[in-house]
Amino acid sequence: MLRTFTEKLGQTTLRGIEELGYSIALLFESAYWLIFGFRRRQAVKLPSVFSQMMHIGIQALPIVSILAFAIGMMLAIQGIATLKTFGAESQVVLGIALSVTREFSPLIIGILVAGRSGSALAARIGTMQMAQEIDALRVIGISPVRYLVTPAMIAMLIMLPALTFFADLIALLGGGVYSSLELGMSLQAYADRTIEVLKVDDITQGLYKSLVFAVIITLVSFVNGFSVTAGAEGVGRATTRSVVLSITYIIIADMIFTFVLTH
Amino acid sequence: MGDHETHPDQTAIEVANLVTHYGRTRILNNIDMHVNTGEIMVIMGGSGSGKSTLLRYMLGLHQATSGSIKLLGHDITKISAQEMDELRKNMGVSFQGGALFNSMTVGENVCLPLREHTQLDENTIQIMSRMKLSVVNLGGFEELMPAQLSGGMIKRAALARAIVMDPKLLFFDEPSAGLDPVAAAELDDLILRIRKALNTTIVVVTHDLDSTFRIADRITVLDKGNILMIGTVDEVRNADNERIQSLLNREARHVEIDADEYIKELTGQKS
Repeated sequence: MLRTFTEKLGQTTLRGIEELGYSIALLFESAYWLIFGFRRRQAVKLPSVFSQMMHIGIQALPIVSILAFAIGMMLAIQGIATLKTFGAESQVVLGIALSVTREFSPLIIGILVAGRSGSALAARIGTMQMAQEIDALRVIGISPVRYLVTPAMIAMLIMLPALTFFADLIALLGGGVYSSLELGMSLQAYADRTIEVLKVDDITQGLYKSLVFAVIITLVSFVNGFSVTAGAEGVGRATTRSVVLSITYIIIADMIFTFVLTH
Repeated sequence: MGDHETHPDQTAIEVANLVTHYGRTRILNNIDMHVNTGEIMVIMGGSGSGKSTLLRYMLGLHQATSGSIKLLGHDITKISAQEMDELRKNMGVSFQGGALFNSMTVGENVCLPLREHTQLDENTIQIMSRMKLSVVNLGGFEELMPAQLSGGMIKRAALARAIVMDPKLLFFDEPSAGLDPVAAAELDDLILRIRKALNTTIVVVTHDLDSTFRIADRITVLDKGNILMIGTVDEVRNADNERIQSLLNREARHVEIDADEYIKELTGQKS
């Protein structure tokens, strides 16, 4: 009993370390192809970057809009209800502005993209692995990292901050709409006040976070996709695992990031 | 076959003392074999004999524990990734399930090696890929997606992709698996025609006896990671080795059980 437990613990730890090492190697290899691929006549192809950007970013705009607007409103509702007890409802603008840009936008976008695009990447790579398409790439002399990982990584690194910034705007609008209805302040006044309290740092802090999340989602999805070995069930398991792990790492990274930045 | 000229003095592939492991399990044991230029070498054996593993090592998909694998004079266990990429331009592979890229049309699949490795203009690439598709009797199918093709067509399209760079070495993993006898025979004919036209050195991994005897110049018989024999079709047919005969006569393997080993296995003790 104790032996199986320690054995399991050992195996899990070993697998974790193995995956971490693999992720770091993948990160460096995809950077390598981006910088030196051209010299080896294996440049990263722009069309595949654009197609990934469409999947990850543009096609996510409707759902991002709905989520961000709802979160902005939710923050306004909570904020006004809580601040009412102190009679400080007008301070709600500050609360919304800071929590949206520093915390909620990057986190929600990270989780959304992990669920939407991270799962799609893991499933696609897992299926390709099963059908020997990855082997086929390698024997044709095409590096799977250059062909698959690097374009996705670039697309994530561009689209995640872009989506986060977009979500900032929509969430602030959502908060503004509710505040103006509830507190009878005009949208114009809300906007002026928001611009007054917001610093550039608040926005960039959120964007930096989203860059870290982009790397996490890409690496976790590919590591899980590449490691698929057993059939359709294996693809399903890898997909689920990549979403759960991505979200877990995102939240932990967010906590560490916030701690470091506020100290 | 008989009328074809092979060059026994020129070795295209040379495997020496190859030992490989999967985890801690030893899969291949001191494999020594060579394939002459222009020859069709069939590697056969039952399931679990290590024949597919041997192919994967020849393709440079895994790192061997020890030994060497020379393709066209280059030892792939030692060369750099860049040199391997160069070498791969001279290799074509047809995988068991075809391994066509599902997100691309048949035509794009065939064009891909040319797009990635040559500076040819789009027109030439299109013409070359159409030529190869008509070689495998798939002219006019460029625009279809792999999911719209039958099993036999997928294998032929994969073959077109494998030969689009006019490789010197061509590898097949179970070409007849999943095909009806007629489609399998057609594919065998194609393999023979391609060898005749391009003088390609061809390695085929299969457990299909009919196909083996149709196309092989020489046969390597593998069993449990060891080479049982290497010989011509007639030599293998007439071999008096019991295991080879049971393989040829499709007899069920009878498993030799050592009583002590079996007890250890049942009780979960590691030997």
